[in-house]
Order: sequence, then C-alpha cells, then structure tokens
Amino acid sequence: MRLRFVALLIGAFVFLFPFYYMLIGSLQAEPDPSVSGAFPKPGNLTFHNYAEINKAIDLGRSLINSGIFTGGVILGTLVFGVLAGYALARLQFRGRGLVFNLMLLIQVVPFQLLTIPLYVLIVRSYGLADSYLGMILPFLINSTAVFVFRQYFLQLPAELFDAARIDGASEVSILWRVAVPLVRPALLTGVLLTFIGPWNEFLWPFLITKQQDLQPLAVSLSNYLTTVSSRATNPFGAVLAGACVLAAPAVTLFVIFQRRFISANLSSGVKG
Amino acid sequence: MRRGLIGRLLGAHPVGTAFVTPYVVFLAAVFAYPLGFAVYMSFHDYFFAAPGAVVERPFVGFDNYVTVLSDPAVRRAFGNVLIFLVINVPLTVVLSLVLANALNAAIRWRTFFRVSYYVPYVTASVAVVGVWLFLFNSNGLVNSVLGPLAPDPSWLVNSGLAMPTVAIYVTWKQLGFFILLYLAALQNVSRDLYEAAAMDGAGRWKSFLNVTVPGVRPATTLVVLLATVTGANLFTEPYLLTGGGGPDGASASPVLIMYQRGIEQGNPDVGSAIGVLLVIGVLLLALIERRFVGKEES
Repeated sequence: MRLRFVALLIGAFVFLFPFYYMLIGSLQAEPDPSVSGAFPKPGNLTFHNYAEINKAIDLGRSLINSGIFTGGVILGTLVFGVLAGYALARLQFRGRGLVFNLMLLIQVVPFQLLTIPLYVLIVRSYGLADSYLGMILPFLINSTAVFVFRQYFLQLPAELFDAARIDGASEVSILWRVAVPLVRPALLTGVLLTFIGPWNEFLWPFLITKQQDLQPLAVSLSNYLTTVSSRATNPFGAVLAGACVLAAPAVTLFVIFQRRFISANLSSGVKG
Repeated sequence: MRRGLIGRLLGAHPVGTAFVTPYVVFLAAVFAYPLGFAVYMSFHDYFFAAPGAVVERPFVGFDNYVTVLSDPAVRRAFGNVLIFLVINVPLTVVLSLVLANALNAAIRWRTFFRVSYYVPYVTASVAVVGVWLFLFNSNGLVNSVLGPLAPDPSWLVNSGLAMPTVAIYVTWKQLGFFILLYLAALQNVSRDLYEAAAMDGAGRWKSFLNVTVPGVRPATTLVVLLATVTGANLFTEPYLLTGGGGPDGASASPVLIMYQRGIEQGNPDVGSAIGVLLVIGVLLLALIERRFVGKEES
C-alpha cells in the first residue's frame, strides 16, 4: 500500500510540476533555467511579465473573445443538445434511429479532415472570417454532449413521462418542467465537458481570425510565442504569464467542480 | 397517444422531429456536406478565387493524390505520426491503466491525485507548451538536471528526439482523460472475480493481469482508438513546440502539412487529398487495432 501511495505521489509531482514552474517562471524578473530557479527568490519576483504580455496582446480583449466563443458553444450545445438528447431518449418519431446512428457515425469523422473544406466554405463562401459566428459555427452543438444528455434522460423512469402526458402536458413543457429539473446536475457536467473544448481550441480560431481584436487568448498567445517573443526582454516570462492567464479559468473551474468529473458521472457516457 | 395512419407514418411523437431538426441541420452543414466537399476538392483542380467569380475547376482524377504521395515532406509526416503512435499509444494504455488501478483503491488524498492527473488535460495546449519550451530548451531545467547526460542537440531541435518529445508531451497532457475512462471501466469489474482470484492464491500482480486487464478490455479498445485519433489530429504541438515541425520536418504532422499546403500555399485540393489519405490511414489503423486489442471480446 505504501508503494502505491509513493507511486501516485511521484506521478502527481510529474503532472503538477510544470504548472508550478509556469507560475514561478511568470513571476521571475530574470529567467533562471538552473535548478535553483525552481525555487522563488524574493528579490527576483515581479508582476512585470504580466504587464509586458498585456502590452503585447490585450489580455482583457482576448479573454472576452475566448469567453464569447466558449459561451456561444455552451449555449448552442445546451439549447439544441438538450432538445436532441431528449427527443432521442424519450420520443418515438420517424427517423429517430437514423439520427442516432448519424450521431455515432459523426464521432468517427476526424475534425481535421473537415478543416480545409470548412475553411473554404466559412471563410470564402459564407464570408464569416473574422466573426464570432464563424468561430462558433463548427462547434455549435457538441455531439458527445448530446450523447451524454440522451443517456441521462434515458435513466429517468418512463412512468413519469406517461403520467405527465396523461395530464395533457405538451412535450415542450414536459421537457422543461419535468425532465430538465431532474437532470440538472448532469447538465452541469455537460457544460463543464463542453467548456474545455472551445476554451482550449487553437487550430480553428487560428485559421479564421486574422484581426487581432477578435482572437481568443490561445490564438493571440501563440502568435506572440511564434513572432513577437524573440524581441521581448524576458520572452519566456511574458509567455508564461500569458499561459497562466489562459490556464487559470479552466483549472479553477475544474478544481471547484471536480466532483462532477468523478467516474460514476462519466461512466454512463462511456458505456453507451 | 394517438395511433392510426398518422401515428404509423410519423411515430407516436412527431414533435421529436422538430426537436432534432437543429441538430440534424448542424450535422449536415458542418459534417456531411464538408466531408463530401473535401472528397470533391481532392479530385478537382480547386483553388481560391474571388467571391462570386466564375472559374473552371476541372476534374483531374488522382492528380492531387499523386502530388501528395510523391511529396517527400508528406511521406515524412505520415512516418512521423507512426513514430508518434508507437510511443504514445502503448505508453498511454499502460500508464493510464496502472494509475487508474492505483487510484481505484481506498487511498489517502484520492481527490488530490485525481485533480493533479486531470489538470493537464483541462488546460489549453498553448498554455502548457510555453512551459515545456522553457523546460526542454537547450539550457532549460531538464538539461541542467541531466547535466552531462543532456542530449546534444537538445530535445526539440534534435531530429531523432523531436517527435518522441512531442509524443511524450501529448501522453502527459492527455493521460488524465484516459485515467478517468479506466476509472469508470474499473467500476464494472466484478468484486467476486478478485475474491475468486485471491482464493486461488493469486497475488496482486497476478490478479491485475488475469482479472483487471481482461475486465477492462472494452475500455482499452476505446482508449487505443481515441489515442490513435488524437495522434492523427496532431497539429498544435508540433506547430508551437518545434517551430512548425522542425528540425527539417522531423516533427511535422500530416495536419500541419495539410495546413501549410492547403491554406498557407493556397492549394486546398492538395490539402483535402492529404486529409482524405489521413482518414483512410486512421480507419485502417483502427481496424487493425480492433483485431489486435478487441480479439477476446465476444
């Protein structure tokens, strides 16, 4: 048992150390890549790097862009995903099997194959380059979330729905008054799962936003990383400061809601 | 509940059709149509033109595929992704199963461990790439710890080590998600089997091999498949970690080349052909892996 604990502890160190180092590095006035640089020295600590990165890329603006992108995806997934998940779990209608199989099939199509055609369509044909809509559109409804929602609605007892229908409730009000309140905790899991994707997404917003004031933080930070950083006085410090700002919201959300990620919650999605 | 002709035609709840319509439209517009369009482009001489301009885009058969397959950079990128998968997939399966198994026991600080393993997964790759660059730089912390053992040229600029370093980075980054998958799968392994194994005198190692490993086989199939798909989609890490797939293309991924050829150099037809080949490759690999990993599944 002791061995297991030590192994887990070593593992945790390997996983957490880069994050600790990210924070320390972002606060160092002079970069110190030696071993002693991993320990904070009071004289070397400063918030200057944060000011530096904020000067190079407007952090507030980028965070707002990331927020709009992520918020749009979450909203689309919640509204349309809950509707679709509920219908697939609880309603008998023509074509239900077809939609369900389509949903499973989609999971297999790698998004990267679609990068070029989507770029051509969204940028060239629809003229949605440099717009929030163009950014959000490919992610508007998350199929994994639809699947998870369906699983949760399936777990509710059928009698509940029969009773509501006998009382003459419409499907919309059954969904809104009966089904959604019962799976509310599960919906939060869905939101958290959906949040990670667009918040961390890089390739797609990178392709379609050329205007700096529309870029999410991941994109502006990577542009800084590949172009501007060579000219800064402490490029790594500034990059790490930006990295901390980008990492903080997702990590904080996850730590607060980590109970939502426990295996029991996910297993219903995995078992299929 | 109405029966009769309408019921038989539309099902008991025709309103369901309205509920799934937005989702179906989304799937058609963002997946089905672009998928067909990608295949179409790969067989035509497709180039960017001003919006509204009428241009001819003749059918060229397999020309784009010939261009792609005779391009050494593309062949190298496909080779690179194989190197990546050979390192990443077995490492992912072994480490995530072992760590999930250790976490599954009643152990102190469980929440802390779970959080620490999952944190890299929830963090943007762009953010952690910054730290890895700092750590694996020629004069970074890893090399100062290694001292004379440090590789020369350093990790990310060494053509033999760049791709393995990227593979290890991605393994580290994604492991938390796969640990979680295995933790879920471990809930379904029957306690009785462990008791029976203990009765037969099996030690901890033996019961891990004979009960746990077969018990989570469906999850292993899923982990292998998902890790393969993740590997095939590799873009951000070589782009940022190795400055666009360097040194000398040693860490370029097919998606990176697809981006360069398709968008930077303005040949979406060639880019699409790379995409189609990549998908065919992934499907073949997935079939092989299924036979390999899922063989005892009935």
